[in-house]
Amino acid sequence: MQDREEKRPVDLFASGHKACAGCGPALTIQAILRATGSNVIVASSTGCMEVISSQYPQSAWKVPWIHSLFENAAAVASGIEIALKALGREQEGKVVVIAGDGGTVDIGLQAISGMLERGHEVCYICYDNEAYMNTGNQRSGSTPLDAFTTTSPPGKKSFGNDRPKKNMPAIAAAHGIPYVATTSVGYPKDLTAKVQKGISVRGPAYLQIHAPCNVGWGFDSAKTIEIARLAVETGLWMMYEIVDGQLTNVMKTARRKPVAEYLQQQKRFAHLFKMPGGEAQIKLIQEYADSNAERYNIVAQDAARELETQ
Amino acid sequence: MMQIMEGSRAIALAVKAARPNVVAAYPITPQTHIVEDISQLIADGDLDAEYVKVESEHSAMSVCIGASATGARTYTATTSQGLALMHEVLFNAAGMRLPIVMTVANRALSAPLNIWNDHQDSISERDSGWVQVYAEDNTEASDMTVQAYRIAEDSRIQLPMMVCMDGYTLTHTYEPVDILEQDLVSEFLPPYQPTDFLDVYNPESFGMFADPNYYTEFRYQNHKALEDAKAVMTEVSVEFGEIFGRDYGGLIEEYRCGDAERVLMAMGSFVGTLKDTVDDLRDRGERVGAIKVRSYRPFPGDEIRRALAGVNAVGVLDRNISLGFEGALFTDVKASLYRSKDMPNVFGFVAGLGGRDVPKRTFAKMFESIRTSKKSQESEFFDLRAEALNFQGG
Repeated sequence: MQDREEKRPVDLFASGHKACAGCGPALTIQAILRATGSNVIVASSTGCMEVISSQYPQSAWKVPWIHSLFENAAAVASGIEIALKALGREQEGKVVVIAGDGGTVDIGLQAISGMLERGHEVCYICYDNEAYMNTGNQRSGSTPLDAFTTTSPPGKKSFGNDRPKKNMPAIAAAHGIPYVATTSVGYPKDLTAKVQKGISVRGPAYLQIHAPCNVGWGFDSAKTIEIARLAVETGLWMMYEIVDGQLTNVMKTARRKPVAEYLQQQKRFAHLFKMPGGEAQIKLIQEYADSNAERYNIVAQDAARELETQ
Repeated sequence: MMQIMEGSRAIALAVKAARPNVVAAYPITPQTHIVEDISQLIADGDLDAEYVKVESEHSAMSVCIGASATGARTYTATTSQGLALMHEVLFNAAGMRLPIVMTVANRALSAPLNIWNDHQDSISERDSGWVQVYAEDNTEASDMTVQAYRIAEDSRIQLPMMVCMDGYTLTHTYEPVDILEQDLVSEFLPPYQPTDFLDVYNPESFGMFADPNYYTEFRYQNHKALEDAKAVMTEVSVEFGEIFGRDYGGLIEEYRCGDAERVLMAMGSFVGTLKDTVDDLRDRGERVGAIKVRSYRPFPGDEIRRALAGVNAVGVLDRNISLGFEGALFTDVKASLYRSKDMPNVFGFVAGLGGRDVPKRTFAKMFESIRTSKKSQESEFFDLRAEALNFQGG
């Protein structure tokens, strides 16, 4: 028993936090901090992960951690980074932001743009669970097409969310920063490697990690990783890097699965399988995945890089 | 050492003397000359600080939060819309007890757009938990900038502090300023040494969430620190006086109030004009006086009540209005007098909004008004222009 305890990785995101069972973002943070080690200062935006980890007087954070507001994590991180520089403490470690998709692609966008443009040595990590989950599953700019959320409900005149996901990695890359990457909690090795790259590049880095929310998306809490992988296997979530502006290292898949396999396992898409016209919408989503596959060339021609199987 | 210079330059030099590690600011009229001068001081190597040229005031204050929590001494400056954009961040900085110092170059709020001076911007941040003081002239604004760091960083206080100075009237005006000598400032204000900060060798969590079991106590402690700041501000003022020869005497300044029957109260640069008016009327034998409210938060209620004991009539000039009620200072002064044995008649004057001048003759009219008027406890717009109200356009 003692031995087994000792072999477990030291978790800097302590167990006992208040996340739901099966929470993708909580797994994501655990994985991020396993990748970074203890020499980081973390700034979080308001959101699920902030709330479940920092209820006074308890904290799940075993690294120095700060939460200020919803939209300003990038600016707070800028301040931390510049203060370390001003005080001659840069060698202490890297500044990392961990923020949700609402705090990133919507309300925090301006502060992120400022941080990236000014070239702060900050690794900004967005855990993307595709809606405002902390407030009860409202639609964000990162919510996919046709997903049910409480503010994009299906109805006589609606198939759910009427817009596709905002392409935030492309926006980040447009700032000319050295490193942008997307990954998924379903692929911890990939996630680890990208986080480690993100904290080691000179200059700002932006990572977006797909992190399913079983409560908001409506699937069994045991299936978080399976769902995360299906998003990649169907071509609805791309895993790639943009290094110095060049798209590279796109995760290939030999046999892409139909999107219906991904959609039908989630209550947020259940209406598409029931309502008149739903079939056409599924077709539309399939076309979106197909165009992703074409654009990113994700189907392996030479099986150069198969999906991780671990 | 007295030098004739622009108010903004005096502030920049005071900031330099205070030696912040991080400055984060976004340009907005009439704060710009301050941050331009600071940029030049840094560019010339005269101030060793990092200047973050942020994309908004919201981020300016957020950068200060991150830097201050990391243990840096921080500075920013803003005004008007910029201060309003900072609104939620101000509360956050105070709640996290971060000793950020900010100059507010007071200016009116839109709409209609107006770049000139009144106090609506900072008054609207009254409840943010910041220490908030108003300067009468540029020497006081400069002195208070350095004192602000001592007050804010005091382990008994640990609060952010805004030094308010009238936009244009002070920021853009050249007048003799007693410039602070670096050696003396370094003696008066040692480097910032926080006990808690973001530190990989001693990881702590900042900005946690507090449920109903704890939130009230956090608010109480923030409030208590502001109350405690009264004594610390007075203490710091005395020590500053010993070193620099200028003691502003605490949270209010009484001017010829000794035997005064009538007193006008105001904040900021108009106090200078008010004092001149008092001198004129005193020369004519009228027993009038003035009270300058230097600290608006914490509010010097006890000091005001003591100063007004025996006064027959008090007029309060507000360069702001809580729309639908009255000027904010008027409300607070009345509340402070509520427990007085012999409550004087109190009159509220809203005037000097959006840069409208309040000359000596207007103050003289106010003194006359509080002598004769029956409208005690009421507030009025004192300098309304009927022709502008009746303007039909075209």
